[in-house]
Amino acid sequence: MTKKSIKCRVNGVNREYFVDVRSSLMDLLRGPAGLDSIKHGCDVGECGACTVLINGRPFNSYIYLAVWAEGKEIVTLEGVTNPDGSLSDIQQAFVDEGAVQCGICTPGFIMASIPIINQETPSTREEIRRQISGNLCRCTGYQKIVDAIEKTQKKRIAEKKKG
Amino acid sequence: MYDFNALYEANTLQEALELKATYPHALLLAGGSDILIKLRDGKYTGCDLISIYTLDELRGVELLDDGTIVIKPLTSFTDVAQNPILLKYVPTLCEAVEQIGAPQVRNIGTIGGNICNGVTSADSATTLKAYDAMLVIESQKGKRILPYLEFNLGPGKVDLKEDEILTAITISKESYNATYGHYIKYAKRKAMDIATLGCSVNVTLSGDKSKIERLRIAFGVAAPIPVRGINTEKETQGHPVNAELLNLIRERVLDDVTPRDSWRASKEFRLHLIQELAVRATREAIIKGGGSIDD
Repeated sequence: MTKKSIKCRVNGVNREYFVDVRSSLMDLLRGPAGLDSIKHGCDVGECGACTVLINGRPFNSYIYLAVWAEGKEIVTLEGVTNPDGSLSDIQQAFVDEGAVQCGICTPGFIMASIPIINQETPSTREEIRRQISGNLCRCTGYQKIVDAIEKTQKKRIAEKKKG
Repeated sequence: MYDFNALYEANTLQEALELKATYPHALLLAGGSDILIKLRDGKYTGCDLISIYTLDELRGVELLDDGTIVIKPLTSFTDVAQNPILLKYVPTLCEAVEQIGAPQVRNIGTIGGNICNGVTSADSATTLKAYDAMLVIESQKGKRILPYLEFNLGPGKVDLKEDEILTAITISKESYNATYGHYIKYAKRKAMDIATLGCSVNVTLSGDKSKIERLRIAFGVAAPIPVRGINTEKETQGHPVNAELLNLIRERVLDDVTPRDSWRASKEFRLHLIQELAVRATREAIIKGGGSIDD
């Protein structure tokens, strides 16, 4: 068994981990990093429950070797929550719109929605659906998830305009 | 935890070539969206891997002085889809890779991995074949250049020797200049699905847009490997742009394909799709090229 030291930035903090080279990024994050918002879903890159941001883009953390995280900037749902522990706008929107039922898909959906809500121009609902097409939800029927993302995106664009 | 044996990480292309020569049986790991999933299935249990994923020198798209487009093999589908050079000269390729999987898959999946896997359904393969892409293949012994048309040897088998690595995919200016293409993927879902059938067509029209100067057509899942419609292409050369052209294509494409039954679709349905998608993609390509066509 070969182990290797990995330096990366996780949720804004520089970290160093000593991992088995056979680990996936999900193994590292749920294990030594203790970030259990990431869910172990389908194992094959279809359900999106293990989605995290790597250098700003959504990736399935299970289909990614931990050693590839060297030098990368990784954000999980724990890094989306406000520093004081309160819910961020997108998390609150998921609550308000009823976009959470059993909740297992929610962290992945929120991570996949981050690039959408940070866009400069509004997306159509069809575009939002396309961007969350790598995430599965068996409870909500997606409408309320799209509502939450659309609402947060509109709010952020309006706030940016105000300056 | 993945059940492989050793992981060799290459930090430069030179190192990757050395590793491939030293461990010829090791699998080359690009984005891993196929290999890691097969590992989980137990298909490659105990294998050795050579990771090239972090080699940024094999990432990106360049335009050479003679107009040749060079696509480095580790370029992700997301980066292919958004690349300004490709959007300007070969937008059909961008549109094709936009239909792969979902954002997470397009971020990790690489265009080189897509074609080196050698599957007939690869969404980038049909368009690269239709544009006569060339492959640059390197080993420690040297470099060879191979037409992509000759690369697929059978299902999942490609002309890549154990010590070789694909280092570039190129498209010549002659191949894309004044040429307009269209790709259609037929699948049951809009996302996260494998093509039941894929068809990529590109046309070069005469100056007055009345004739076909060159038509190239390629299919995915219409044969064991991605194939070009050679008979159709020959017969449509110089043909006037009219309804008869579409009828000719509808007939001729059947000579170019050998689809099979699978759980996704029957052979008969695939033959129907081949005819219909060929006609629809041709019509769209002609319209993009400034021509007009009625049925």
